[in-house]
Amino acid sequence: MTTTAPDLGKVTEPAKAKRGGVMSSTGLYIATGIAAVLFLIPFYLIVRNALMTDPEITGENWKWFPTTIQWSNFSEPFNDVTVDFARSLWNSVVVAVLHTAGILLICSMAGYGLARIPYKHANKVFYAVLATLMVPTAVTFVPSFVLVSSLGWVDSYRGLIIPGLFSGFTCFLFRQYFLGFPKELEEAARVDGLGYWGAYWRIVVPNSLNFFAAMATITFINGWNSFLWPLVIGQDPSAWTVQVALSSYMTNQTVNYHLIFMATAISILPLVFVFLFLQRWLVQGIAQTGIKG
Amino acid sequence: MSTTTTPGVAESPAPAKVSQDRPRRGLRANSTFNFWLFTGPFLIGLVIFVFVPIGWSIWLSFFEARFTVTPSEFVGLENYKSILTNEDFLNSLVTFTVFAAFIVPATWAMSLGLALLVNRLRFMRAFFRSVFFLPTAVSYVAAALIWKMSIFNGVRFGMANTFLGWFGIDNIAWLANPDPPWYWLVIVTVRLWLQSGFYMILFLAALQNIPRELYEAAAIDGAKPGWQTFRHITLPQLRATSTAVILLLLIAAYQAFDEFWNLLPKATWGQPPLVELYKMALGENQNYGVGSAGAVVLTLLICVVTLFQGKIMGFGRGEESK
Repeated sequence: MTTTAPDLGKVTEPAKAKRGGVMSSTGLYIATGIAAVLFLIPFYLIVRNALMTDPEITGENWKWFPTTIQWSNFSEPFNDVTVDFARSLWNSVVVAVLHTAGILLICSMAGYGLARIPYKHANKVFYAVLATLMVPTAVTFVPSFVLVSSLGWVDSYRGLIIPGLFSGFTCFLFRQYFLGFPKELEEAARVDGLGYWGAYWRIVVPNSLNFFAAMATITFINGWNSFLWPLVIGQDPSAWTVQVALSSYMTNQTVNYHLIFMATAISILPLVFVFLFLQRWLVQGIAQTGIKG
Repeated sequence: MSTTTTPGVAESPAPAKVSQDRPRRGLRANSTFNFWLFTGPFLIGLVIFVFVPIGWSIWLSFFEARFTVTPSEFVGLENYKSILTNEDFLNSLVTFTVFAAFIVPATWAMSLGLALLVNRLRFMRAFFRSVFFLPTAVSYVAAALIWKMSIFNGVRFGMANTFLGWFGIDNIAWLANPDPPWYWLVIVTVRLWLQSGFYMILFLAALQNIPRELYEAAAIDGAKPGWQTFRHITLPQLRATSTAVILLLLIAAYQAFDEFWNLLPKATWGQPPLVELYKMALGENQNYGVGSAGAVVLTLLICVVTLFQGKIMGFGRGEESK
């Protein structure tokens, strides 16, 4: 395939050479194991609290596991009248999916154009894109809100999705990737009479699926997890994403621990599975573009 | 804002004119058209949703703009004067500085440490890498919720207080008051847990790019494996990655919002710049003028810090220059 990233799964020589150094193999595994347990505690707590009753969670003595697993907790966030959890979950699905699809389409094409299509002012255009990287998007939420509200896009999918599609950083990463795409493949496409458009869709994209998968994973996670922009745009609860809904649980008057943690579990678990499934491409993608030596 | 004109003007490509420039081949002839075909959608959006808001914001920052985004009263630098003398805003810059002083070195050390551990594993390496990388999939809101409700809950059934209780230590109100400032422990550990795994991956990739001949040569020269090799080979070889990681961490810390907002919702202390900005522009006053001035000041600050740090630490000078 086109990926040239180092295989992070293989054991390198230094690893072997250092064997028997400061840390014995047992010590190494004990240290890593302790760190791993600490890293897994928050996940354990979500599952524990989501499947317990409130008296068990808030009881005098710490319980590691529920006495009986409360599977019925699963439906509670959906029956809660204070927060429309199902609606917020659906909003997040729509926003994250369209956000990912839109960014991949728009930014990959722009990245390809900047990397591969000769144009005498291409450098100036590229610098204009680079300049936007200096201005962190989080800091511009005030002016962006000003613009979006004057377009009448508050509380709408348009307002939630469209302003975030033009990511200078994603475009930049695609450009860097396409700069390293083998030219021979495109030249072969041209011999076959394909223009830039045809070559891009028939040759370049199908041969870059690994990289697209990596970018899709990270973009989807960011879209699903983003909070500040949905908080700004979602003035009405019907436009809340799941993150805004979770945040509202924390400031509610009454706290239903099992309900809140079940809602958190529902919001995290799909992502964790997607993440574990696509992790390989993500690791390659980060190693490839994140930072090169 | 002169840059806005570049993409704007060229929105209407003129293939006929271009064919004079590059008449050699049919394909080359319309490369200008194709350039705009590919980059056009992105650039139009970039102008509308990035350049226009920034320009608008700069314009607003010179006007008295409460509850309106089309103000008429020009006030010069008044908004800047008011933001730069606003105690909450200045405190938020102090909060950011303290936060960065904790989180940047802590994440750097933690992610490098995890990478060194995982890199030496011979069995179950993929498993442990996944465990440390997994929090990347979790949102700041969800993590803040776990931290606030279950780990650092101020009452007895919170995990941290339960643990302390086993040693006979009284409950600690982690987030309820600023003195003693236990809230820093909560805020720093949330972010540490969430982002260490990501930077660990960067360090892992960099570690595997270190030529093993260096270690062999060092061994022949009598360097002991462990601290000596780490100090004189590994660390210098990771310099470019370290620099970039520190820069990324600093920029991310500057934009911290989610965990502060959710962990300290009613506090008057420990509020970072973006939270203050939110309160100013989108809170009760809806003062877009002062809010915009604040955004401009923060943007300038981060540009200066980025450029300054880039200069000092040699960002961009790759490892190949060694």
